[in-house]
Amino acid sequence: MTALQVFVDGIGLYAPGFDGWAHARAVLAAPQTYRATPLELPSIDSLPAAERRRLGMAVKLAMSVAYDAAKQSSSDLQNVGTVFSSSAGDGDNCHQIMEALASTDRAISPTRFHNSVHNAAAGYWGIATGSQQPSISLSAHDAGFGAALLEATSQIHSNAQPCLMVTFDTPYPAPLRTLSNTTHAFGVALLLTPRRSASTLCGLTLSLTQTSFHTMPTPELEAMRSNVPAARALPLLAALAVPQPRTLVIEYLHELNLSITLQP
Amino acid sequence: MQPLLIKTFTTTTALGRGLTDTLNALRAQRSGLHAHSWETVDLSTCLGEVEGLDAVTLRADMQAFDCRNNRLAQLALEQDGFMQSVQTAAERYGRQRIGVFLGSSTSGILSSEQAYRQRDPVTGVLPASHSYRHTHNMFSVADFVRHYADLQGPAYVVSTACSSSAKVFGIAQRMIGCGLIDAAVVGGVDSLCLTTLYGFNSLQLVSSRPCMPFDAQRDGISIGEGAAFILLERANQVLAGDLVLSGVGESSDAHHMSSPHPEGRGARLAMQAALDMVGLQPQSIGYINLHGTATPSNDAAEDVGVTAVFGTSTPCSSTKGHTGHTLGAAGAVEAVICALALRHDFLPGGVGTRTPDPRLHCNYLLTNQEQAITHALSNSFGFGGSNCSLLFSRKRA
Repeated sequence: MTALQVFVDGIGLYAPGFDGWAHARAVLAAPQTYRATPLELPSIDSLPAAERRRLGMAVKLAMSVAYDAAKQSSSDLQNVGTVFSSSAGDGDNCHQIMEALASTDRAISPTRFHNSVHNAAAGYWGIATGSQQPSISLSAHDAGFGAALLEATSQIHSNAQPCLMVTFDTPYPAPLRTLSNTTHAFGVALLLTPRRSASTLCGLTLSLTQTSFHTMPTPELEAMRSNVPAARALPLLAALAVPQPRTLVIEYLHELNLSITLQP
Repeated sequence: MQPLLIKTFTTTTALGRGLTDTLNALRAQRSGLHAHSWETVDLSTCLGEVEGLDAVTLRADMQAFDCRNNRLAQLALEQDGFMQSVQTAAERYGRQRIGVFLGSSTSGILSSEQAYRQRDPVTGVLPASHSYRHTHNMFSVADFVRHYADLQGPAYVVSTACSSSAKVFGIAQRMIGCGLIDAAVVGGVDSLCLTTLYGFNSLQLVSSRPCMPFDAQRDGISIGEGAAFILLERANQVLAGDLVLSGVGESSDAHHMSSPHPEGRGARLAMQAALDMVGLQPQSIGYINLHGTATPSNDAAEDVGVTAVFGTSTPCSSTKGHTGHTLGAAGAVEAVICALALRHDFLPGGVGTRTPDPRLHCNYLLTNQEQAITHALSNSFGFGGSNCSLLFSRKRA
């Protein structure tokens, strides 16, 4: 089985009860201390005000975790490719379009339409950072974290450049809310590099596996892991909170999971 | 990066089902664009509709996935012996060693658009028959194809607007290159829906006539629908006559959400990156299938980019006058058109264009050329400044 090594240089995490990686790390090191406090996001100062006003919650979440992960690393963002992954992108924006199209005049605003593309977060990230590096935007329904990790790892092994991977999900409003798998918001970003450096937090060796995946130790965190696609990252994030040499398995697709061995 | 073998490919668009219909339409310079009514659309526009989709029935075990987009996927998969080739590959490599990477911009969103018109007037709930996961969710078409072909390798959908199904070629190249898989089903599927028709209309980017790429009078896109699938395999050896994916170039504009950089900054980077991956000089390229959407600003920016990299003599055309803009499927559809050009030694002239814009300087083909070429480039550029150029090559004896 092919095994590929990458290095984690930065982590971003926002979700209810996880207020940035420094906070989340302490919570994940003692999972029974988790409390589901409302999600709060920092403001995105790097975008021009006109662009900032157009951001929905989903894109703000993606950019917040991306910036947090990036600023822990010494990598120059002009040399960092990006992978954005989300089950459904901006569900609020989609709902507004569905309602407009079901109405008699069907008028959609141009901003609403260009924000409806699945790569909206990637587009705003490019405008904010000025980076012309390749960027890809993925969906794998509830398997988006594994998909992004595979994509980022194979990019790093192909071009030997750092890659910032961002997985984010936010719930739809009603009526789509009950049909989708996302109960609340969760965003995670990993700044991954091809080589160990002074800012490396941990090495990871990845391979595909049919071994069964790990779950979370408390009912509340396991509910989050199984109900929000991006939260499938939680077992890895919990391991990164207290890095030890160990192997864990992250849920990806049915009967195809990701085995990850940590090298602190 | 190593080249990947392209043995089997297919496309279904407004030009017809499979390669024979497509080739005949290209040879005859026939457009599939027509002004006719579709669904409840009240816009004055021409569409590149795939005929007969409403009558397609999904295979019995795949009924949960029923929607226009997956019907189009199944219809396309069943042309040109594509499914048989995938099964042969699965026996050779193993089902877990074949990935499924598909591009789409709107997936089966039409199903949600229709369901919103049938909400319960009191509770607002959607009809119980609506299956969001299997239709509207962006992953739906890759999930469908992976199950339809009984493949068990990695899978995801790329959704970067109009570059979606070009970028999937890069995924296959990387994943095969680093040994995670041996082959991949790549492609794109996008079908007509109200979101894109009314959305592009809100940006005043839709023409009321069949689109006229690179024409002095061009005034917007014609939206089409289409599917294309390509089986990419690790190339242990490349024999005379074989087609390969040789280069992939990707970049971001970092400029604007819905307008290209006026000097084609990101487009140039993508084209140059594709050439650099193979170590080819621009003059080696025999044909460029342009993104060529027929909006005034897109074509102007692409022309600046193309002429900056290639000069003004490389033969170019857009085939969006034939198929319409198939959006997230365009990269894969046009990859298949490049493969046909390489295999059949001809360069397709554009249709819909009467008077090439004198302000644009690339060598835009208005008629078909019979010519054997070795390398063809295909451009795909999308909203959010997402650019991808693909390089296809034929091994000559």
